[in-house]
Amino acid sequence: MKKTIISAFVAVSTLITTVGMSFGDLLVPVMTYRVGPFAANGTQNANGFVDYLTMLNERDGGINGVKIKVEECETGYKAEKGVECYESYRGKNPLVHTPNSTGITLQILAKAPEDKTPILTMGYGLSAAAKGETFPWAFNYPTSYFSQMTSILKYIDSQTGLKDQKIGFIFLESGYGREPIPVLEQLAPKFGFEYFLLPVAGKDAQNQSSHWLTVRKEKPDWMIMWGWGVMNPTAVKAAIKSRYPLDRFVGNWWSAGDVDLGPIGEAGKGYKGATFNATGTDFPAVQDVIKYVVSKGITKTGSEGPGTVLYNRALWNAALIAEAIKTAQDITGKKEITGEDMRIGLENFVLDEARLKELGFAGMVAPIVGSCKDHEGAGAAFIQQWDGSKWVKITDAIDPMKDIAQEMLTKAAAQYASNNAGWTTQTCK
Amino acid sequence: MYFRETGQFKSKYKEELAAFPIFEDKIGIAIAALLAFVLIPIFGLPGLSWDFTMSAVMIPVVIFTITTLGLNILLGFAGQISLGTAAFMGVGAYSCYKIMTIFPDLNALICVVLSGVVTAFVGTIFGLPSLRIKGFYLMVATLAAQFFLEWAFIRIPWLYNYNISGAIEVPYKEMFGIVLTGAKSEPLTRYFVCLGFLVVLTWLASNVIRGRIGRSWMMIRDMDIAAELIGVRPLTAKLSAFAFSSFYIGISGALMVFFWLGAAEVESFDINHSFTYLFMVIIGGLGSITGCYFGAILVWVIPVILKEYGKSVFGIDAFVMENFTTILLGVVMVVILIVEPHGLARIWQIAKQKLRLWPFPY
Repeated sequence: MKKTIISAFVAVSTLITTVGMSFGDLLVPVMTYRVGPFAANGTQNANGFVDYLTMLNERDGGINGVKIKVEECETGYKAEKGVECYESYRGKNPLVHTPNSTGITLQILAKAPEDKTPILTMGYGLSAAAKGETFPWAFNYPTSYFSQMTSILKYIDSQTGLKDQKIGFIFLESGYGREPIPVLEQLAPKFGFEYFLLPVAGKDAQNQSSHWLTVRKEKPDWMIMWGWGVMNPTAVKAAIKSRYPLDRFVGNWWSAGDVDLGPIGEAGKGYKGATFNATGTDFPAVQDVIKYVVSKGITKTGSEGPGTVLYNRALWNAALIAEAIKTAQDITGKKEITGEDMRIGLENFVLDEARLKELGFAGMVAPIVGSCKDHEGAGAAFIQQWDGSKWVKITDAIDPMKDIAQEMLTKAAAQYASNNAGWTTQTCK
Repeated sequence: MYFRETGQFKSKYKEELAAFPIFEDKIGIAIAALLAFVLIPIFGLPGLSWDFTMSAVMIPVVIFTITTLGLNILLGFAGQISLGTAAFMGVGAYSCYKIMTIFPDLNALICVVLSGVVTAFVGTIFGLPSLRIKGFYLMVATLAAQFFLEWAFIRIPWLYNYNISGAIEVPYKEMFGIVLTGAKSEPLTRYFVCLGFLVVLTWLASNVIRGRIGRSWMMIRDMDIAAELIGVRPLTAKLSAFAFSSFYIGISGALMVFFWLGAAEVESFDINHSFTYLFMVIIGGLGSITGCYFGAILVWVIPVILKEYGKSVFGIDAFVMENFTTILLGVVMVVILIVEPHGLARIWQIAKQKLRLWPFPY
């Protein structure tokens, strides 16, 4: 009896070890959250990301003939799960980390140079990572929170002018929500607008009544939101209830998804949001995902997923990674690349109009070119508006106030480097 | 049969009072020490990568054992309920961060101990209501501590050095040429630092509990009026329990951020975490030091390992496993509380009792 137990144990543990190790594929890890308070948004994000890479496997047999292996790790949007997930990828040659959370990004940011694996935080994470010379291993293509805030302010300027306007900033009280505050701080005296802060603690996401009482009292001309998860629909509903004009309410790109406004429907008409990717299924890339993945049922996505804001954004995120892998393969001449090669790929890919057309993303996103110095890219965002059932693009791409954003990013990057003695930097040609 | 005390005679009081009076217990503790100090650091756990074992299983479990020890001192030995554990860990973490940045040349280990002292001070202040109120009312008072401290961690930017992201980051520290904290530190170094703290703190706790102060805590716990009548001062007994417990919790909070997470936001110290630590204490066993180990291991390690095995062996989706382990933990908790309200420590004691008789029950 004892012997059987021991031999069974040995058998199981060898099985576990052998299954755990399978090299040869391109491992693209992704930290997702399909459970917890942010699951509604997280699921769409996760589905889009996984589906695009599955599509490449199905359609092209991977990238340059090497299959991609996507490995999901569930975080529940909790920061301490990030360490667990990060460690579970170690030793398996992960190419690039996608933490999908600003909190987790902050934790693993310092580890990236040690483990020689880059981090790509598309439209989230530490804004200062845009400075490639200070952060060789972190990327936040296509734009950062700093840049986005200046784009939104520019949009407001084009509508009513910024002078003497009162802006209310409602945000999720976390690293993510606080990121753009320095922009407001710096620009308020410059453009002569006033602002006040409405921090919403994560656990109070569904209880914002006191904040909206303040809004009624203060009567801001514009409201800007940095929300996530259940906080978004709650805020829009509260705005409707307190009769705040929705066309003066602008969410950032994480506060303007179909999952956020869908449940509100017609009542949410007029609410605006920034974004860097168009919605809809008219793009060839989305069509391919539907054809090769969604209609075949090899996904967790329902038919309603493709075309939505977050799903399309996750497709774009995966596409950028795929392009960087391809670039890395071409530059190094290796088929099976490492995290270090991937970093080179992320600094050298070229996604111009022609290439975007080839990939089927033309018109959905702005062209972007990888660079050593600028890990942020073009940085343009445009404004979309909810028409009661879907998002409609209402402006062209609005470039951020580059000089101001760059100055602040440089300062923030320098601060991070000085806080972390012995920080690895690089010099760009 | 396996566990026989026959023939083990004590001829001195000292032997009678030893921490492990029975020979078999000494073997048991030696095996546990061998596992923790040698075998796991060398081989890891079966089926898990070594890095994962260290960074995601062993380091956190050691840290949470310290937390559980701290909470158990307060709850299990002194009978004062607290729901502010996570916030007190936050006090430890933020004060460690402040100490490290104000005195950049101070040794990291001293910073950790000092942060424990700061937390002890804060804990004592929030323990003051315990002199007047008991039970549920005290629980509400500590809940206030939880919310107040969470608020403070966000709204007092001085605490995180006006960092834009509102997070505290771990500075690089070394001792004798070995990197202790920061991204360049080896998991093994960080593990042994935490383990060292655990060993010292366990030794300290077991001695304090067996001594005069510990006995006064237990007297207060069992019947405060009677304790007062025979000369125990509730003021010193209760406040020393809060201070002692907070010292442990503060140290574990500092270790958590500086030797495990690497950066932290306020959400790592929210009320849900307080509940988790409370579960660890209750499942492990109130008023038992061994129970702290069991509780922390069960509540932390089982879900992590199950998730990892579920993914690598059975290919189950991560989020399914996440939900499954949450359900499983809930079921285990309910079952343990029904079957044995005194927790795993009591089950362990019963098991030992049975082993004494086995295979001849009479």
